Amino acid sequence: MSFLEYIIQQLINGLTIGAVYALIALGYTMVYGIIELINFAHGEIYMIGAYIGIITLGVLSAQGLTQSSLALAMGIVLVVSMVYCAAYGFTMERIAYRPLRQAPRLSPLITALGMSIFLQNYVMLTQGARDKFFPPLFTGGINIDEVRISYIQVFIMGISVLLMIALQLFIKNTRLGKAMRATAQDKKMASLVGINIDRVISITFIIGSSLAAVAGIMVGMYYGLVNFYIGYVAGLKAFTAAVLGGIGNIAGAMLGGFLLGLLEAFAAGFIPPPHGAQYKDVFAFTILVLVLIFRPSGLLGEQVAEKI
Amino acid sequence: MLRLHNVHTFYGHIHALKGVSLEVNQGEIVCLIGGNGAGKSTTLMSICGINKIRQGIIEFNGEPIMNKPPDQIVAMGISQVPEGRRIFPRLTVLENLEMGAFLRRDKAKIREDLDHVFSLFPILRERQKQAGGTLSGGEQQMLAIARALMARPKLLLLDEPSLGLAPMIVEQIFKIIKEINEEGTTIFLVEQNAHMALNLAQKGYVMETGQIVMQDDAKALLRDKRVREAYLGE
Repeated sequence: MSFLEYIIQQLINGLTIGAVYALIALGYTMVYGIIELINFAHGEIYMIGAYIGIITLGVLSAQGLTQSSLALAMGIVLVVSMVYCAAYGFTMERIAYRPLRQAPRLSPLITALGMSIFLQNYVMLTQGARDKFFPPLFTGGINIDEVRISYIQVFIMGISVLLMIALQLFIKNTRLGKAMRATAQDKKMASLVGINIDRVISITFIIGSSLAAVAGIMVGMYYGLVNFYIGYVAGLKAFTAAVLGGIGNIAGAMLGGFLLGLLEAFAAGFIPPPHGAQYKDVFAFTILVLVLIFRPSGLLGEQVAEKI
Repeated sequence: MLRLHNVHTFYGHIHALKGVSLEVNQGEIVCLIGGNGAGKSTTLMSICGINKIRQGIIEFNGEPIMNKPPDQIVAMGISQVPEGRRIFPRLTVLENLEMGAFLRRDKAKIREDLDHVFSLFPILRERQKQAGGTLSGGEQQMLAIARALMARPKLLLLDEPSLGLAPMIVEQIFKIIKEINEEGTTIFLVEQNAHMALNLAQKGYVMETGQIVMQDDAKALLRDKRVREAYLGE
């Protein structure tokens, strides 16, 4: 494998995992944009998404659907998991965050941490503490010289990019999307034009959670296994991506996700083994610290001067 | 049309409105004048359901509205142009106007009203693709009024539309407020610029530290010695 091929290979690996970070980061950034809360339980929604994926897939393969029509089976798995996680996100906001809407900002933040711990333990108790394995469905891939793109990588990047485009179109063009942006910019004014703020917040949680569900399934399939604690690190990584891009900024979350994925892939690829893979987390969190020190508003952070 | 009776509003422990009563009749322009911190903006925010009142009655066309959420109050026909205009800075001018019509579904009529506000404020038509935050202060004030009109309000609440604007622009805006009223929209105007406000309005209220201290015909208030000393700088 030539040096160039090696770089391209790392690029592909980085973009794959970056797409997933971007999907999760969107949930952080959208919620932050609207209620200025870092929803630390968001990583757990992602983890639950992966579990629902495994369970649904198990049911469908028992019915023989994965053998007869893989595309249909995957479609069902994604939709079921998205709906399930949307319900989780919606409920979480209603019972844990909405009652604290008028409370000091620290209270919902601590509640979010509590929610995260609760969901982890809840899944551990109901699903067991052992790893669960995804059946390998997408085997094979495309080889160009020595560069290999596996089908699962194509699947991950394709679905992620599709969802991100859909989200952008929704936010930019629909009545509800515009209402979300208006609410993020000025909540009081948004209610003065008749926007129901509570409903906008609910929708934000629903969208963010369904994106996290997709991310959970894809990562589960990529690495082949899930566990009740995978949401913790993935959540922190995605949070880093959101901060890197500028928390509250949707395009920023996507950019931050891809950048972080690339950075990790290259760090893992260029530091000689056996350390590379272990140091990639160090890289990710070093980025978080550096961004917070030198550019807390992130790469695309909103710095529009507002007139009085 | 709008009636407040003995309204009390609190900010935490601060007693901001201490028994405010006032009335606005259909077709009128009524103004509320008073110094900084008198409670004028709080009065408007209480009407719109943003500040929940602790005691008293607010009625719109005979129906109590003090326990309704803000979106239902907008739907009933009350729109506010708040202090500081509060343009959505990163929405375009057109999107700001669309948000004004958020609760309406009658697309054809929205289109008509859009043309109408563009004819009232031609500059907004030119700037419709620009972000709201890039407009000048005067243009933002026009956009804020236009946005409120997009809801087709029966009653328009205006909070300090003259604030921070050049005298020429203020005059232009007051002229348009008069036009809006002549087209049939009732107007409740809060102002520190007492002279302009009392000249435009038929009826005036004077507010001090959360209470209405005077009320009369606007022309009578303009001649009143106390008003002249306290608010007209004589």
